[in-house]
Amino acid sequence: MSTTPITADQPQIGTARVKRGMAEQLKGGVIMDVVNAEQAKIAEDAGAVAVMALERVPADIRKDGGVARMSDPNMIEEIIAAVSIPVMAKSRIGHFVEAQILQSLGVDYIDESEVLTPADEVNHSDKFAFTTPFVCGATNLGEALRRIAEGAAMIRSKGEAGTGNVVEAVRHLRQIKNEIARLRGYDNNELYAAAKELRAPYELVKEVAELGKLPVVLFSAGGVATPADAALMRQLGAEGVFVGSGIFKSGDPAKRAAAIVKATTFYDDPKIIADASRNLGEAMVGINCDTLPESERYANRGW
Amino acid sequence: MSTPVIGVLALQGDVREHLIALAAADAIAREVRRPEELADVDALVIPGGESTTMSKLALLFGLMEPVRERVRAGMPVYGTCAGMIMLADKILDGRDDQETVGGIDMTVRRNAFGRQNESFESGVAFDGLGEEPVHGVFIRAPWVEAVGAGVQVLAELPAADGPDSRIVAVRQGNLLATSFHPELTGDHRVHEYFVRMVESAGR
Repeated sequence: MSTTPITADQPQIGTARVKRGMAEQLKGGVIMDVVNAEQAKIAEDAGAVAVMALERVPADIRKDGGVARMSDPNMIEEIIAAVSIPVMAKSRIGHFVEAQILQSLGVDYIDESEVLTPADEVNHSDKFAFTTPFVCGATNLGEALRRIAEGAAMIRSKGEAGTGNVVEAVRHLRQIKNEIARLRGYDNNELYAAAKELRAPYELVKEVAELGKLPVVLFSAGGVATPADAALMRQLGAEGVFVGSGIFKSGDPAKRAAAIVKATTFYDDPKIIADASRNLGEAMVGINCDTLPESERYANRGW
Repeated sequence: MSTPVIGVLALQGDVREHLIALAAADAIAREVRRPEELADVDALVIPGGESTTMSKLALLFGLMEPVRERVRAGMPVYGTCAGMIMLADKILDGRDDQETVGGIDMTVRRNAFGRQNESFESGVAFDGLGEEPVHGVFIRAPWVEAVGAGVQVLAELPAADGPDSRIVAVRQGNLLATSFHPELTGDHRVHEYFVRMVESAGR
């Protein structure tokens, strides 16, 4: 964090505290994928803390195939104009020009996302070069810390987006939490080797060992489709959830969205989650992840 | 009065940071999500978060009216950012159907300082907290556009675009509100100020 003295004459924008602090405000909330202004309003009405503007939800990206890119600026601007809650949007991994465009449009958070086709197979974007904060996906602690070292101000489990299957999100979140718990038990001598093993900067590894958590907010994403899924991720330690295809690929999006919001807040109250789960209509059909060929697994993108 | 018990409205937002700041200010801090939990606290903090979500959940789970009743009965409440919006009698740029707890005779403009790209940190001269400015973190922050006669202005920032200043901290009776987030900084003086308010209200 910046150690520059803070005075009233020189307000500072784009600091780590302001970027990470924005994610702190989203905690306990649900961030919903939306593809147009109408869906964005449904999400806001349902109590979403933010929306993710994208051209196609991951389930459709899977179905359509081809290269998935940043959304049309017009569509992002329409969504920004339609709602008063924060708006996020996705850039391809390593496509820092898409990120520059998103920053110029005034989006509140950029998701450097494996759901889009990666633009660089070696480098992620330098996220310190931006005023707009970034959220990045991770499957394990080392990956999360490498993203934070590049400037990410929020982390989400990758899960397997567009499947409606929560199994990979569970795997990734458990992995991250287990690795953090293991670090807690290490003494100072062992942290150097741990950093090498995690392929992450020693300073960050030491910080995690001391805090017992990531230095940024940790959400869950990828396959959440029901109120119970959202509550499960919260009970496993996610501070909030992203819901992609699960809402607008279901029978009654408005009702399901509101139900997932309730279950995310009262994640430890089975009675409330049960009530929220009643009569939601059809859930998205979903895909079994073990039948997905390696080449169609988004979680393998990024490193 | 023994050590005050202060609840943090835990429907959504940066609850954990407020719990830590309150504990550092020598209060007993706990989460409040249900009406019966509200009954057990001497005072309440409404955290930062998304005010539209918080307002919706407060109505849905039957907390809005009980909080209003406690406010009318004199319970001290401190609101940061979204919490400031929740304490405003009138809001601008909110959703049409957005309800607040109210209690402070002020008009608050939501997201007045702009979107996330305009979010900033700044020192804030805070009336009653000594010479050293409070470390203010402003995130898509609101400001107070107008206050009634009974409202005490505790802090203002110079406006970026003119000679005016923007009100960023106010107090009316037992109610305190700031546009910014002291809970994100490790500077606990505003929370200590609130704990003193709670202690004198209990006397």
